[in-house]
Formats: sequence, C-alpha cells, structure tokens
Amino acid sequence: MADHTLSVTVNGESYDEAVDARMTLADFLRERLRLTGTHVGCEHGVCGACTVIVDGVAARSCLMLAVQTDGAVVETVEGLAVDGELSPLQQAFKRNHALQCGFCTPGFLMSVTAALREDNVRDEDDAREVLSGNICRCTGYSGLVRSVVDVAKGRSDE
Amino acid sequence: MKPAPFTYHAPRELDEALDLLRQHGDEAKVLAGGQSLMPMLNFRLARVEHLVDINRLGEQWGTPTFGAETITIPALVRQRQLERSADAARLLPVLTEALHNVAHPQIRNRGTICGSLAHADPAAELPSVLTALDARFTLASARGVRTLPARDFFLFHLTTALEPDELLLEVSFDRPGPNQFSAFREFATRRGDFALAGVATVCEVDSAGVVTACRLVAAGVAPTPQRLTEAEALVVGHRLGPELAEAAGAAAGAQTEPTGDIHASAEYRARLTGVLVKRALVDITEKAHG
Repeated sequence: MADHTLSVTVNGESYDEAVDARMTLADFLRERLRLTGTHVGCEHGVCGACTVIVDGVAARSCLMLAVQTDGAVVETVEGLAVDGELSPLQQAFKRNHALQCGFCTPGFLMSVTAALREDNVRDEDDAREVLSGNICRCTGYSGLVRSVVDVAKGRSDE
Repeated sequence: MKPAPFTYHAPRELDEALDLLRQHGDEAKVLAGGQSLMPMLNFRLARVEHLVDINRLGEQWGTPTFGAETITIPALVRQRQLERSADAARLLPVLTEALHNVAHPQIRNRGTICGSLAHADPAAELPSVLTALDARFTLASARGVRTLPARDFFLFHLTTALEPDELLLEVSFDRPGPNQFSAFREFATRRGDFALAGVATVCEVDSAGVVTACRLVAAGVAPTPQRLTEAEALVVGHRLGPELAEAAGAAAGAQTEPTGDIHASAEYRARLTGVLVKRALVDITEKAHG
C-alpha cells in the first residue's frame, strides 16, 4: 500500500520515503522518522499539540498528509536546540515555568517560534493571540505569556 | 482515528484536476487547505475513494488579483495570505476583520478562502462575508464554467450548488468604490471558536451620510448565510446614526430564527444577532462620517 514516494527535508536532513496516501504528517514524523517530539492530541486541528513549521509557516501536522510535503521543508521541536543548547524560547519556557506535564509544549514552541519570526508580537495581548491556537490543560497560560513576551522583547536575564 | 484508505491524486494542471473529477466526482473530494476536510476524514465523518489534491496547480491559483474593476480570489489563496495583505486591508476591511476571527493563525496558514466557502459551514465567517460582498462564485468542470451569485451557491448546512464533478475555481466581486463601507462583528466564547453568531455588512453611503445600498448578512443563525432584509430595508434611504442602528438591530433580531444548542439558546442567538448588527452599523457610521 505504500504507493507514494516523497522527498522531504526535516530539521535540515533529507529523507526519501514511501508512504500510504492516508498517512498524516504527524504520524509520518513520529512513526517513520521516529521524531516523537511532535505530539498527537485531538487529530482534528483543535489542540495544536502536533503543530510543526512547514515551508516557514506553522501548520497542524495532523491535518496534512505526509505525501503533501513532497519537496517541502519541515521543522519540528527536535530542530530547535542547536548543539544541545536550547533556543531562547525554550530557555524562556524553562525560566518561566511555562510547562507542566509537557505534552502540549512542542506545539506551543513551534507555534510561537513561527510567530516570533513574523516579528509582530509586541505585548501580552499579541502573545495571548499567538498562544490561543494551542490548548494546555495544566496551566493558566501566564508562564507561557511571559515567555513569549520575554523573547519578543529580547529579554533573557530575568 | 485515521482516514480510511483512498486513492490520492495531485494533478498539476487544471484540466487534469477537472478530468479526475469527471471520472470520480461521486466518489471524490477536492483537497485544498484541508482544515475542514482532513478532520472529517480523520474522524471518518467523511469517506472518499479519491482525493484530488489541487495544491500542485500553478501559482496563479494562489494569487489574488486586485483589478481596476474586479477583485478575484482563486482557489488556492490562503486565509492568512489575505489577512496579511495590505491591499485587502485597504479595500476589504470586512474580509480582513472576519479572517482575524477564523480559527487560529496555524489553521489560516493552510486554510483557503474558497475551501471554507465550498465547505459551507453555516457558522463559518467567510460565507456570510462573501455574501455581503455580493461575490460571484465560479464553478468549473470538464463540462465548462458557470458563475453563480452567493444566494444560489449556498443551499443548506455543508451543502452548495457544486456538482460532484465541479471545483470552486474562484470567487470575485466588484472593487469597492469610495462610498463603500463595511464591518464585521461576531461573538465567540473564546477567540478562534466558532461564533455563536456573526454579522457582515457592506453599505454604500453617499456624501450626505445617507445609505444608498446595504447588505447585512448573519452567520450561525440559519442553514446558510442569512440576508437580514428587514434591517436592510430600515437602513436604506436613511442617514446612519445610533437610533437607526438600534432599530435595525431590533429588526434583525426579530427576523432570525436560529436554533438553540448546548452553547446558546435560540433566543440568545437572535438577541445577539441584533446587538451585532447594531455594533456593525455604529462602526460603519464612524467610518462613513468619521
């Protein structure tokens, strides 16, 4: 049944794989590439746990087929840290206690990473807007908001 | 859940896509942004034998055109793309305002304008906005191309005039003149949720502040976008102001017959529609007189 081939770049590495048409990008990342940092929650686009960056924009990997990423550049949470050094956003999450159980964290990190690159986060309201597409059941989002504002304003020392 | 098996097609030419729909129309679905279709496939609320992914069609289908007379939004224009477009913000504030309320940026990055229209969820923002803009819907099939106005395109919940072998190729509407003013208002319990009700309005207002034409369209209160004709009739020929907005809101609320559900009662939705009409008209008053 694996009747489609795709060439995709994930976190800078190229992969050529054969997949079923119905395999979602989320399952492809987790089960084929063993990049299990991308989490699967609701599988209908609501929770945001599976958010990755595809060709520069944040997208739900449960709502894309793997075969659709033929020729695409995909970034997952595994690609954020460089040489073992957490990204500024990851450090801010850690510093601000922005994660509890951690299940939703990869999705938050990818959504916010994409939003910060667009450079339109100025204040708490913008941060809340960015975060609204991801569901966390543990926190009141205040640590998350602080983290986003910190990184948007270039703070790293608090 | 995972989608049931299907045959995947990724045509690169429009003719090829239409030919696939001609062959498999009854058993096929078109995949554009996939933000409504993929959840339905994942949950097996929908099953398809053939999935026709149009994302590989040429770039022209992903580029809106802002012409001197006509604005055209082809099948692959992403919601986020228009939301961030300076041309759209200047010419189509009602669309920009509405897009800001469509789910979340991560969804709007993939979701298309035409896909939302073809999905025809009565609670969605875009069907009411495009109705208020008096859009023309261009439907293409191997048999040819036809154009329908919004009132003939939206038929019922999740049901449009699209035949199984047809593709919603583009929507277009007249470029707004300097007398056109528009506004969008909705109320949702949380940002990004489906609204309990929404209202899109597009009015022509002359230099004396008198409304010469008005389309007021509600989302989420009927099986299709609903023209609020009684409120429209009150507004046309009069000068906008707080009292007129209040009266139009009351007429709009009285005209709607929404259904109640776990999120809101029918009475609440009708009342809310009236309030949103009032707010939209106050907004237009400020824009037109401001």
